[in-house]
Order: sequence, then C-alpha cells, then structure tokens
Amino acid sequence: MNDDKIKIKVRNYGFYYGTVKVLSDVNMDIQENAITSIIGPSGCGKTTFLRTFNRMNELLPNTRVEGEIIIDGIDIYKDNIDVVDLRKRIGMVFQRPNPFPKTIYENIIYGPRLHRKYTKKQLGSIVESSLKRAALWDEVKHKLNTNALDLSGGQQQRLCIARVLAVNPEIILMDEPASALDPISTQKIEDLMDELKENYTIIIVTHNMQQAARVSQKAAFLLTESTGEPATLIEYDDTNKIFTNPRDKRTEDYITGRFG
Amino acid sequence: MARLKTRLRDIKSFIIYRFVFLNGIISIIVLGLILAFLIANSIRFFLSYPILEFLTGQKWSPTVLEKFGFLPLLTGSLLVTFGAIVIAIPLGIGSAIYIGELAPRAVREILKPIIEVLATIPSVVIGFIGIKLLAPIIKDLFNLSIGLTALAGSVMLAFMSLPTIISISEDAINAVPNRYRHASVALGATKWETTYRTVIPSASSGIAAAVMLGLGRIVGETMTVLMITGNSPRIVFSWLQPVRTITATIAAEMGETVQGGLHYSSLFAIGLILFLITFLINFISDRFINKIRES
Ligand SMILES: Nc1ncnc2c1ncn2[C@@H]1O[C@H](COP(=O)(O)OP(=O)(O)OP(=O)(O)O)[C@@H](O)[C@H]1O
Ligand SMILES: [Mg+2]
Repeated sequence: MNDDKIKIKVRNYGFYYGTVKVLSDVNMDIQENAITSIIGPSGCGKTTFLRTFNRMNELLPNTRVEGEIIIDGIDIYKDNIDVVDLRKRIGMVFQRPNPFPKTIYENIIYGPRLHRKYTKKQLGSIVESSLKRAALWDEVKHKLNTNALDLSGGQQQRLCIARVLAVNPEIILMDEPASALDPISTQKIEDLMDELKENYTIIIVTHNMQQAARVSQKAAFLLTESTGEPATLIEYDDTNKIFTNPRDKRTEDYITGRFG
Repeated sequence: MARLKTRLRDIKSFIIYRFVFLNGIISIIVLGLILAFLIANSIRFFLSYPILEFLTGQKWSPTVLEKFGFLPLLTGSLLVTFGAIVIAIPLGIGSAIYIGELAPRAVREILKPIIEVLATIPSVVIGFIGIKLLAPIIKDLFNLSIGLTALAGSVMLAFMSLPTIISISEDAINAVPNRYRHASVALGATKWETTYRTVIPSASSGIAAAVMLGLGRIVGETMTVLMITGNSPRIVFSWLQPVRTITATIAAEMGETVQGGLHYSSLFAIGLILFLITFLINFISDRFINKIRES
C-alpha cells in the first residue's frame, strides 16, 4: 500500500506567538501517500502545527518558526521559497466549512484559475472530476450554478475538499474537518480520505480518537505538560501501536480519556 | 408568572412594531408635505410661464430678460455632478481597498481617523479651500482666465463625498469574514488576488451603498458649488468653463426675489424638478443595490 517514502521531515521545530513559545522540539518524518493524524488536548498547538506546513501562520503578525520543515528535500522556510507555489502544492481544509459565497462551479475553479488559463471546457472537466473525487458530484451536478452556501454543512465541507483537489496538491492538511458535521457526513468524509490517501499525503488534526484510529496510519500526540511551557511531541508511531500499545504513559492516559 | 412574561413580551413587540411603523408613516407624510409645499409654491410659475419654454429654454435670466430656461442649469448640474462621480468613485473605492485590505496596520490606524475628520468639514470651508487653493491651480494648469469652473466644482464635490464613500466601503470590506480570505490564500492566491476575487465581490453590496450615499452628497450639495463654479448660467459642454448648478441658483437668487412673484415661484419650480431627479436617482439606486444583494 504505502511504500514508506518520507514526504516531510520536521526537524527541531518550534513556534512562537510573539514571545510565547507554544511548540518546541518537534521531530518527525511524515510518510507519503498515508494519513497522519495529530492528536492532543485543546490548546496544545495542533492547529498551529498544521498551519506551519503551508505557512498560513504568517498571516498573523509577530509569529516565528524555528527549526526546519523539509518537504521533498527542501526547507520551506528558506528565503527563496515561493509561498504561493507552496500553497498550491499543499491544500488545506478548515475546521468550519468555508466555501466562498459564490456558486459551486465558481468555488471549484477559483484555485485552478489562479495558477493558469483554462478553456471553458477544461474548467468544466476540472469541476466534474474534482466533485467526483470528493464524492459530491451526484448530489450537486444538476445545480452547479447555485450558491455554495445553500448546501448542507457536510456538502459544504466536501465542496471545500473538492476545491482543494481541483488545484491538484501533493499534500492535504485537514483541521478537524468533520468536527462540525453529523455522523453520516463524517462517515462520508472519512471514506473519502481513505480513497484520497492513494494519491495524496494527508495530515489531519482531530479531537476524535476513534476517527484518528479509523483513518490514519500514523499518529502523533502533542501535549503541553505544564501551563506556560510549550507543547512537545510526546509520541509518534503507527496508529495501531499508539492506540493499542503506546510506549508513553501520558499517551495512554490521553487516549483512554483520563485527561484532556 | 410565565404567562405574565409572555404577555409583557407580546406588549413589547407590539410597541416596537407600532413605533417602527409610525416612523415609516411619518417619513412618508413628511415627504408628501415637502412635495405639496414645492408644488403649491411653484404652481403660479407653471400656470403663467409656458412649460415647454421652461424645460427647453436656453437662457436663465429671470430679472433682466424675464427668461426662465432650465437647460443651462441642468447642464451645469450634470457637468459638475458627472465630473465629481468620475473622480470620486474610483478614488473612493481604491482608497477603501487600500486602507481596509492592503495597508499595513500602522498606516491604517493613521488614515482612518483622518478620513473621518474630513467628513466633518463644513461645505463652506470646502468652498473656501476651492477658491483659494484649487481655482488658481486650475487656472494656471489649463491657462484659463478664471479658475472657477465646473472642474473646480467637480473636484471639490468629489473631495466632499470621498470620506463617505471610503469609510462605508471600508466598513463593508472589514465585514467580509476572514475565513474567506484564508480559504483564498490557502489555495495559493496572492494578497491582491484574494482582494479582488474574494473580498471585493463579497463586499460589493456595501460598496454600492457607499457609492450611492456619496452620490447623495454630491447631488444635493449647494454651498460649495455656489462658491467655486463661477456662477454663470450658460449652456456649456466643457469642464473648463464657469457654470451654475440648480442648487446654486436657488441659493443665490432666493434672497433677491419678491415672495409670491414669478421669479420666486420659478425657483420652487426648479426645486421641484431637483426633488424629482433626486427621488428618481434614489429609486433606481435602491433597486440596483437590491439586485446586487440578491445575486
Ligand atoms: N493568534 C494567536 N495569537 C496568540 N496565541 C495564539 C494564537 N492562536 C493560538 N494561540 C495559542 O497557541 C496555543 C495553541 O493554539 P492552537 O490553536 O494551535 O491549539 P489547538 O491544539 O489547535 O487547539 P484546539 O484543539 O482547541 O483547536 C494556544 O495556547 C493558543 O492560546
Ligand atoms: Mg485547533
């Protein structure tokens, strides 16, 4: 299934909001064409960590990264990196579905059209294939020109995934993509992720232990041990191992719900 | 107890409903009274002066020739207004985008209050600035004998409407939720692409409202244009000539008329027409804004 190829190397990573350090000493190798889940209690820096990979943290003033994030052998925090190109290669699905207040069709073609010119016909096939891959096509094919905000929450989230797929990224970052959804929509998103991992490297933040156990092959546990201190990577291993036989007592406490 | 609570709530919503309803009725009544007042005072003019001559007449000379031709005033108003619109809309929207979206935080914190203060400058002061600063510049720039022209009026009116257009557009831009910006940036859009493909379309109805309010200020303004457009009621088609607008005519001549006389009621007649034009603009812009909001 996956050939254990490393897509991303995180080396001595740390992160600051202003002078407050929220993450420290994170080292991990993220596998290509696999799903890696990031778990940990609220406020431990999962979102912050995820937003490191597409440099979205830079939208906030006074933030600082230390260490290296190496994707395909290149440190993405080097000065000569083209951030726009980086974000094209690394798609992101947000916690709350955030389709543009435009039609379904326009939502999908938004990304592709940023990066080059397409004919109408090409755009049409991008829309169809992206929606199909996001398992949304059958539900919306007859109403591509209606406003995306009229879709249900679960459909909106799949639309956001389709919007990311339309750009053809290599990596997809998902920040609790199903936390605002009902069980059926969640199921659909999870099935979808399972299919997507054949072609994409996926990193997902989730609060839902069962979800992490179900969908991911690798799991990373972040934890702030004492308030005021930065969070660190407590354990990172095969998901199976983390959930059945964790090495660290703190991991075990967390996944069995003893704190967090 | 619970029943009392619901009863109180019912009474409260009833009162609020009545209050809102009353406000609506009152504004309609006031509008009707203004219209009736204008008609009552201008009726003498319409009865004694041929209406066709009024609407198509090319001379406005109420005292010397006793000619009441409306066209020169209309062209004066159109020139000044149109010029102001052409200047104010792109400048206003452009500044709002810069302040709201592109400017560094520090620059924004400085510019915002400045613009709000600009909105409070009385129009007499604006007119004065126009006479002392702008008119000489226009005179030299275009080699004219006099700088008090339609262009001077347009520039100063644009200047007056800018704070309204900028601050309301900027509010609309600020009201666009950040999650749209984040979605756009995460797809690989630059700041500028995000601005014009996501932020501006999302803010468009607010921006349209801002423009309409700005236009309201331009169309209705009297004092500034009275002071700096040169006050010459002749038909011209150049921004570099002196003109006289409808509002300026009323303001300038009202004091010299005999109450109840033909000249007096002619001023009410042009006032009535101005009222109708303004009403029409508002009506059209309202439908226009609604249409944008719906889509
Ligand atoms: N913009 C910000 N400015 C300053 N501090 C921030 C900012 N965003 C997050 N933080 C802080 O950084 C820490 C990590 O936040 P983050 O949102 O990454 O946590 P999280 O693990 O995603 O939490 P949750 O599970 O609740 O989403 C928190 O202590 C938070 O207060
Ligand atoms: Mg989070």
